[in-house]
Amino acid sequence: MSITLEEVEHIALLARLELSEEEKKRYQQQLSDILDHVAKLQQLDTEMIALASVVLPPRARLRKDEPKAGLSTGRALENAPDIEADQFKVPPVLE
Amino acid sequence: MMKSLAEFDVKTSLSLLSKGEVSSKELTGTFLAQISSHESDIHAFITATPDIAVEMAEAADKKRAELKKDGKAIPPLLGLPIAIKDVLCVDGIRATCGSKILENFKPPFTETAVQKLLDAGIVVLGKTNTDEYAMGSSTENSAYGVTHNPWNLDCVPGGSSGGSAAAVAAMFAPAALGTDTGGSVRQPASFCGVTGIKPTYGRVSRYGLIAYGSSLDTVGVIARTAEDVETIYHLMAGFDERDATSLDIPVPNQICSDAVSIKGLRIGVPKEYFIEGIQPEVEDKVRTAIAVFESMGAEIKEISLPHTEYALPVYYLIAPAEASANLARYDGVRFGLRATDDNVMRMFKESRGAGFGPEVKRRIMLGTYALSVGYYDAYYGQAQKVRTLIKADFEKAFASVDAIAAPVAPTTAFKIGEHGDDPLAMYLEDVFTLPANLAGVPGLAFSAGFDSEELPIGMQLMGKHFDEETLFKLAHAYQQVTDWHKQLPDL
Repeated sequence: MSITLEEVEHIALLARLELSEEEKKRYQQQLSDILDHVAKLQQLDTEMIALASVVLPPRARLRKDEPKAGLSTGRALENAPDIEADQFKVPPVLE
Repeated sequence: MMKSLAEFDVKTSLSLLSKGEVSSKELTGTFLAQISSHESDIHAFITATPDIAVEMAEAADKKRAELKKDGKAIPPLLGLPIAIKDVLCVDGIRATCGSKILENFKPPFTETAVQKLLDAGIVVLGKTNTDEYAMGSSTENSAYGVTHNPWNLDCVPGGSSGGSAAAVAAMFAPAALGTDTGGSVRQPASFCGVTGIKPTYGRVSRYGLIAYGSSLDTVGVIARTAEDVETIYHLMAGFDERDATSLDIPVPNQICSDAVSIKGLRIGVPKEYFIEGIQPEVEDKVRTAIAVFESMGAEIKEISLPHTEYALPVYYLIAPAEASANLARYDGVRFGLRATDDNVMRMFKESRGAGFGPEVKRRIMLGTYALSVGYYDAYYGQAQKVRTLIKADFEKAFASVDAIAAPVAPTTAFKIGEHGDDPLAMYLEDVFTLPANLAGVPGLAFSAGFDSEELPIGMQLMGKHFDEETLFKLAHAYQQVTDWHKQLPDL
């Protein structure tokens, strides 16, 4: 299974990854090789098999509704690339 | 009289600390001296924290004196130095995850298992090297340089917890924390000739572990002996309400002691793990070890895990799919690298393009593809179904055996650079470790001998969900009658 350069560009956009031309070519080849390998899974008939999104039975639970201190604003902002007025600052979203 | 460094495993260190024969400051100083002598050859750490270690050791000594004076209980690990893989958050200490994108990230909170160990009194020696986001089998994917195997500096230490395994093997620390998503504790433990546990999924909290594959990630421990690993593991395990997949199942008492009996325990040997292509010395030593278990009274049975060959393709769809979702958070907004302020879309793309290394980008691309419209059912959906089959293989096997014995990896440590830019060749290193993660079962790796190049050979025992104890018991019994785990590299 080989994927096209256009598909690589489409996936990179979905993944929000800026790739160089050289990276695009390399990933086109490598992703095609990996997809060839995983194609082996198609040999198995799994029509009657359930999906295993979790390996152990999920146990839904709710914690007690007790107020607790969370991370303070100051600490939450410690690693921010840019802040203004106690908020994360980003470039304009709407031009 | 000061003992030699090699004698300072966890058990001996704790005993000397408790008797007052060594202070934490002396013990910590001994390990820091070993680090400063050999770290330039090994490069086990991304961030060594000698100043913090000395400060914590002094505080531990003071605390011990005070508690003793007041006749109060002493925390079980008080003053014991430990190294921590750089994917686990420790409040105020830089956590890079082996990535440039987190080069300056200082987490504002501490991972739960680490916090439990801090409460038990550990001293932090530093943050160990890892493949970027724990994606790799050699530490060659770290943005901070490769770690060298203490047994042969030209070889990789394994990965992704290669820094932790190398630190224990090089006697930089009596124990180190690692994480295991597809073999990342067991394979480096095997390559470095030390002992490491990958617990049952959900046994140790993941809160504060920087996420890679959330349905696979586990936090484990590497040390010299099964008994040492159990001592640390035992204090980390248990329910945490901050991890939705943490399970509220009681943690049994420690079982390793001088005399354990393994008589009558049934060990399964899966034929799918002894295949063509495996290094003959690896098979030979693992089979010899299995005979040792038999001579101690264990019952050996040949078993089959028929879907083993599908574990690799299943893993390399599920793990990248989960990674592509988990790593969406690195967008330059709240933490991590921001490459440009020009506009929002360029900020996302350029921050991620500049911050992530080649393997991380490759897995994000693969995962995004597997989850994208039109391919979801054929790739991700099919992988999840085959995962069910792999899990069922283990359930069936564990109906008739108590543990499963197998090699950890098909080969001993390979040379740095050997797999070059061939991702599939690197992925094949994980064939024997991936199934335990997919099934969520625990696995314990330990040394079963050496090959002709003097490189350690690891074997693993896999167990039933939440039955780490049987694995510790078997490995401890093995380490009572063999001395592979006592061999140390010449640095």
